[in-house]
Amino acid sequence: MKTEYKIIVDLIEEKTRVLDVGCDDGTLMESLKKDKNVDARGIEISKDKVQICVSKGLTVIEGNAELDLKQFPNDSFDYVVLGQTLQAFINPEIVIKELLRVGKKAIITIPNFGHWKVRLNLLIKGTMPITESLPNDWYNTPNIHMCTIKDFVKFSKIINFKIFKSLALTNKNISNITNSNLFYKNLFAELGIFLIEK
Amino acid sequence: MNIKENIKTLVIKKPLKLDCGKTINNFPLAYETYGSLNKNKDNAILVFHALTGDQFVTGINPVTKKDGWWSYAVGPNKSIDTNKYFVICANVIGGCMGSFGPSHKNPDTNKIYGTDFPVITINDMVNAQVNLLDHFEIKKLFSVVGGSMGGMQVLQFISNYPDKANTVVPIACTSNHSAQNIAFNELGRQAIASDHNWSHGKYLSNNTLPDKGLSVARMAAHITYLSKKGLQEKFGRKLQERDALKFGFDADFQIESYLRYQGSVFVDRFDANSYLYITRAMDYFDLVKQFDGNLSNAFKKTKAKFFIISFTSDWLYPTQENKDIVIALNAIGADVGFVEIKSDKGHDSFLLDVPDFLKTLKNFLDKSYSER
Repeated sequence: MKTEYKIIVDLIEEKTRVLDVGCDDGTLMESLKKDKNVDARGIEISKDKVQICVSKGLTVIEGNAELDLKQFPNDSFDYVVLGQTLQAFINPEIVIKELLRVGKKAIITIPNFGHWKVRLNLLIKGTMPITESLPNDWYNTPNIHMCTIKDFVKFSKIINFKIFKSLALTNKNISNITNSNLFYKNLFAELGIFLIEK
Repeated sequence: MNIKENIKTLVIKKPLKLDCGKTINNFPLAYETYGSLNKNKDNAILVFHALTGDQFVTGINPVTKKDGWWSYAVGPNKSIDTNKYFVICANVIGGCMGSFGPSHKNPDTNKIYGTDFPVITINDMVNAQVNLLDHFEIKKLFSVVGGSMGGMQVLQFISNYPDKANTVVPIACTSNHSAQNIAFNELGRQAIASDHNWSHGKYLSNNTLPDKGLSVARMAAHITYLSKKGLQEKFGRKLQERDALKFGFDADFQIESYLRYQGSVFVDRFDANSYLYITRAMDYFDLVKQFDGNLSNAFKKTKAKFFIISFTSDWLYPTQENKDIVIALNAIGADVGFVEIKSDKGHDSFLLDVPDFLKTLKNFLDKSYSER
């Protein structure tokens, strides 16, 4: 399993209710069910992936987070997970607010656009960066709102949500992000993982 | 051929109070079963049929000698695997395949009911069929499954009997008929009523049959079951066994000939009054209104696991109407999955060979069964 998923599973308490937004083929939901006895639900936009989830016995609805989170009442989940898709939404602010309305807590992971390879790519080549975690060209990428770890931390103050825990993933190593190491983590982490609250 | 020989019937002795206010008792409910009930009696699936279906879900229908209406989905190793599950299906009351309906004789007058038959509802149909559980001594069904009007019965069933099914699969359906749905049904009913042979519903006593009217009703309805794209691809403007237009009103186009054929074979197996009664039941169905405008309340008492399926090209019961059910369920934190299957085959997709649908249905049922 991806290190990212392991970190998310560790962040989630046992026997809670979890909504995985953009649950893909259900890998994370499966391990949440197995390891943490979680009541897991998923939303997924791809019909094929929904069908894979169904074949795994997972409860998933086909839908789009921007349109379909509305139907869930306030605080209906203990955690809402959004893995590496915040940057693909038209309005990330509304999505974060919806996540924190539907869930008591949210776990958001973001591919870090501040990573040195991304920066170097743009600096040297002068073209939009293409890396392992961001493989698309500028014209066909679903990622319309890329941000850095630093941007996300700043965003928490702008739209007013609390970051409860922030972790950096660098070469499969996990470390805490703090105010004092933010500059370095923003340069070296491939992924930022945030546990947030209202 | 004696039709009755091939029809299993349960006589329901318990009085059933219908929504129209009348009470019926000692009435027949025709049913069929497939597969076998296990020791624990926990592998039963109640399948509900759609408007023109019957209890003969799969295999050869002994009355029509054609494949059962859901042969693609039900059978050994199929989506609803009869090697594993015990499948029960009943002909709805108001129908014409052995269950209590307008072609039956009124014991009080010894005359055929015709339009004196009480108006029945989806609720009445379901309340009649729940008696099958007692008959087979089944405490809880593994699943209730149905498409179209069958899906409406699924929703009504779990609302009426929240503890009587583990899983609930409404397919290509709605929680209430739209104005467009009612309009198409009314078109069919008026086609029947305007056939002189219908004789205000007394045709069986008069030994006439409103075949023309019923076949036009079927033709109109059949169009609503298909998609524009599907029709275009299958027929386009192709001509029927001719090289050029004949400048007349014969079936020049293949689509005309196809519809006429669909209409003509339908009248051999369906009763015109039943068509009136069942379409009326569909039009009256409104689960939202039954629960004072809040569909969620219909499902508040159940812990069942729902799986809802719609089809991209179904414009009769479009995805949004199916999704409204999903939304109502999510609003109360129910266990609900949903997928819209890509298909060009319109509303009829659930009856046809649509591999993604058949696979998904099988996966949901089998996985839920192994985790029950």
